[in-house]
Amino acid sequence: MSTETGSRDRILARIRAAVADAPDAPEAARDYLDSHAPDDPAAILDLLHENLADYRANVHRAGEAELPALVAQLLAAHGARSVAVPDGLPAAWLAAADVVRRTDDGLLTPYELDAVDAVVTGCALAIAETGTIVLDAGPGQGRRALTLVPDLHICVVRAPDQVVASVPQAMPRLDPTRPLTWISGPSATSDIELDRVEGVHGPRTLEVVLLRD
Amino acid sequence: MSGTYLGMPSFPKAAKDAVHNVTLRANLRHATHTIRDKRAKAVAELEDWALLREAGKQIKDHTLRHLDRYLEQLESAVTAAGGTVHWAADAEEANRIVADLVKATGESEVVKVKSMATQEIGLNEALKAEGISAYETDLAELIVQLGDDRPSHILVPAIHRNRAEIRDIFERKMGSWGRPAPDGLSDSPAELAEAARLHLREKFLRAKVGISGANFMVAETGTLVVFESEGNGRMCLTLPETLISVVGIEKVVPGWRDLEVFLQTLPRSSTAERMNPYTSMWTGTADADGPRTFHLVLLDNGRTGTLADEVGRQALRCIRCSACLNVCPVYERAGGHAYGSVYPGPIGAILSPQLRGIQSEIDVSLPYASSLCGACYEVCPVAIDIPEVLLHLREKVVDQGGKGHRLEKTAIKAAGWILDHPAALAAVEKTASGTRGLHPGRPPGAGAWTADRELPELPAQSFRDWWKKNRT
Repeated sequence: MSTETGSRDRILARIRAAVADAPDAPEAARDYLDSHAPDDPAAILDLLHENLADYRANVHRAGEAELPALVAQLLAAHGARSVAVPDGLPAAWLAAADVVRRTDDGLLTPYELDAVDAVVTGCALAIAETGTIVLDAGPGQGRRALTLVPDLHICVVRAPDQVVASVPQAMPRLDPTRPLTWISGPSATSDIELDRVEGVHGPRTLEVVLLRD
Repeated sequence: MSGTYLGMPSFPKAAKDAVHNVTLRANLRHATHTIRDKRAKAVAELEDWALLREAGKQIKDHTLRHLDRYLEQLESAVTAAGGTVHWAADAEEANRIVADLVKATGESEVVKVKSMATQEIGLNEALKAEGISAYETDLAELIVQLGDDRPSHILVPAIHRNRAEIRDIFERKMGSWGRPAPDGLSDSPAELAEAARLHLREKFLRAKVGISGANFMVAETGTLVVFESEGNGRMCLTLPETLISVVGIEKVVPGWRDLEVFLQTLPRSSTAERMNPYTSMWTGTADADGPRTFHLVLLDNGRTGTLADEVGRQALRCIRCSACLNVCPVYERAGGHAYGSVYPGPIGAILSPQLRGIQSEIDVSLPYASSLCGACYEVCPVAIDIPEVLLHLREKVVDQGGKGHRLEKTAIKAAGWILDHPAALAAVEKTASGTRGLHPGRPPGAGAWTADRELPELPAQSFRDWWKKNRT
């Protein structure tokens, strides 16, 4: 890789020469808002609900006791007979579901995942202003392929613990050393005449359950 | 930049053909007007938009001022996280690095996430020459690749195609690239998207090597970020065993928190959404999650030259949102192909000549591909003053000389002398009025500039004559 080492030094030298006489450019002033939402957990939860639905996620609310029945009902409604189960998913969430469980041991191939109908996960957090769920591959979420290949994703968000109002409030709560996936509605495209169509390569159906603590 | 564009005609020539293509103009008008209105609404939702825009500009300016430091920091962080960093001075070197990395895996096909940098260097063609098939997986890129076409928009490369044309391309071409289009495919966007899903799924599932660009790289953490909508990006970034990302050196930002600005401004500016459906962030390699091997190729290819220009360097702030294309009256009529570059529209008019150098016919003409209305500057989420850079580049073109510019300079000089000498001016005016019947409808001689312009009608009497007779 000797030419590459040469290129590294050459590029860095060219940069130094290019900016040698450039004016000082101080670090950015962060005068923008920390949040655009009212400081009220109930209102923030409503905003999350509204924005998720606006981008075609199906949104439900449930208490801990109602969750197993709701998950079972959602799986049945989509005709899902097999479910990928990430490590660390609370057993109760799938307790009422009549499905084949494919617990991910990290060895399921892309082809095997493609044959699974659905995946059920938790999340790292959710952002109300943008209607976004963030997964960080933590317990109950699994590796990234798990929430990508199956066509139905059921995601459970603990409210209000896992709900933040805005993007700036989300950043300090996320760990960039983990693989992160930000999800705002199901897969979509605007590539044909700039019209939005839901459902291309990722899960075409996204069901979000807002779980009351 | 890519050899595909070598020998392109100048902008006026290419644009002249485009404006006479009725289908193209209708497609572009429909698409740009749709997105323009949506963007305005998405931006209006944030009362602090002007402050976010200023912060984005400052983050980029600060990074560019200390680019050497941040690239070195990025390199350390990516390496510490299990990745390997390569440096490519130009397109040829980047293509060679990528081809060698693919060959080392023993594979002969790769899946690609839409990336401007790899288009800029002509990576697909370079890989093909080495016997490697590169499959584009973004829907619009797929349309362009299957149609043996060129991209015409940064965000929506097939914006020049309407749904009926896309259906025809899918029906004719999918079969020769892999799974054919379903029988009886209609032109509804939902059915077309479904056809792409089926066609590409087999390629994703068997892919061993993925190639991407990145929207941002975080120096502090070594994190790369890709914004997308369809999930093809997630497929390419997650399923293969090896991931190779080719990224321009200007894509680095200093810290993790800097992303919070662009996560708010980029989706609203590009697809006019509060947030795009999928954003992936990865740092090196992760245990048992995604590719086990990660290579980052840092690309110069004219960027350090651009950085040296005190006015022109602001073009390196660009985050490739394409808002400037969607509001540009010239782009709307001329279309993306006329710009002769993977970077069309207003940003292309200032980026391409700087990255490639102001030498070819197309690059000399691009700084003039604008009415200087300023709409591009107004919508730019990092406040690039595109009209300012256009004027600056025009000055450079003029300073370089060339036939047209010598003629113009001589004419202006002669006019200056006449206006300075009242007696000479009176004589010219008198002759002009007296010979009115002999004037041609169009000014002679200056070729392209005069071909589409008519001479104004001269009055029978000059204003100075009239004043003398009526007011003195």
